[in-house]
Amino acid sequence: MSEPFLANDSRPRLPRGVRLKHDEVRGEWLLLAPERVVKANPIAVAVLQRCDGIATFDEIVDALSAEYSAERARVATDVRALLTELATKRMVDL
Amino acid sequence: MNAPPTIPAPAGMLAELTHRCPLGCPYCSNPLELERASEELDTQTWKRLFSEAAEAGVLQVHLSGGEPCSRRDIVELTEHCAKLGLYTNLITSGVGLTRALFDALAAAGLDHIQLSIQDAEAESADRIAGYDGAFAKKIEIAKWIGEIGMPLTVNAVIHRANAARAGAMVVFAVKLGARRVEIAHTQYYGWGLRNRDALMPTRAQIEAAVAEVESLRETYKGVIVIDHVVPDYHARYPKPCMNGWGRRTFNVTPSGKVLPCHAAETIPGLDFWSVKDHTLGDIWRDSPAFNAFRGVAWMKEPCATCPRKEIDFGGCRCQALALTGDARATDPICYLSPHHAEVVAIATAEPPAEAPHYLYRRMKPLKAPV
Repeated sequence: MSEPFLANDSRPRLPRGVRLKHDEVRGEWLLLAPERVVKANPIAVAVLQRCDGIATFDEIVDALSAEYSAERARVATDVRALLTELATKRMVDL
Repeated sequence: MNAPPTIPAPAGMLAELTHRCPLGCPYCSNPLELERASEELDTQTWKRLFSEAAEAGVLQVHLSGGEPCSRRDIVELTEHCAKLGLYTNLITSGVGLTRALFDALAAAGLDHIQLSIQDAEAESADRIAGYDGAFAKKIEIAKWIGEIGMPLTVNAVIHRANAARAGAMVVFAVKLGARRVEIAHTQYYGWGLRNRDALMPTRAQIEAAVAEVESLRETYKGVIVIDHVVPDYHARYPKPCMNGWGRRTFNVTPSGKVLPCHAAETIPGLDFWSVKDHTLGDIWRDSPAFNAFRGVAWMKEPCATCPRKEIDFGGCRCQALALTGDARATDPICYLSPHHAEVVAIATAEPPAEAPHYLYRRMKPLKAPV
């Protein structure tokens, strides 16, 4: 099998058992998953907060490029890389 | 002159709720001296501990044992953890889990289940577990987990009787719907050490099993995450055991002793504090056992001046003790250890041609037979 495929109309979401949490003790955002704790940087947080299973990949990229006044193609590349990597780790469903 | 090193907040808590377990796996990580039901902490104390753990920075709680479902309050404890925002992981054999109990755990907010398997085929699996019907029960439970979309990790311990099916167990975990599979070669402490002649695979078996599991990573990329714990006897450097002593996680035993790792009690002279006398935060920060090997100040040569000392933290203290007689020594897996050659020779000696019977993990009878 190959890398998980992320279509433009995919609606990515955090599967059951994966949670984004702001940890008050450490003062940082964390992605909690089975046997894993991953620090989430501000960009990852912005992306993952939009992965609600309703918004499509295209809509997420639109929203982020508008919010951060960033070039759409570049945002698309970065978001795709992040979500594909997390999907390979079974932390995001595409 | 030197400021004391800051102690990082603990991220994980292994709660050994009970040592009671219907299975008898001969490599069990519980100590030889199992704690009895009468010694177990009560519900209110466990709840207090989970609250203290969350306050100290613990993110994930592993509800383990023994068989954690042997505790009548398992749902209540899970619910308490979930309300605190702790990520809850049930480490279970599956035996003793009914559909009603499973549904109640899911409703209580359980995040994840780690289900052990003993082999990829029923007869062998049940013989290893010392329990008829265990294998079939696990398949049933995996179905329930899949039905509600809860994440499942399957974990398997590799040894002589199942090494030929290491790859088959990965394939089996995929069939069970697991998102993660842990394939861990037996560690020879406690029960594993007691059964070493029965469990130790041949060199050829180990090499074939390791290669087979590694080859499946690419096959199942994006389907299942493979966590592979291989024997480290052939490695150049030791593993950073527990990611460093007292650095990430701690264990609480059924009676409330707090340990830096589950084999730590094999090290003589360590003073383990109990939750009956101290809070978890105080134990993490101040208990002599946690500070004994925390950081790098305790190290002797060759660790003390090694550039890798904060990468592998000197390896495993229990292994250093077991193989060199000194818990402060460099883990002899390291090629810089003066004991390296002799230890590798002992550790990689071929097992006896005929495997002896297992000494199953069981509690001692209350009174020794006369």
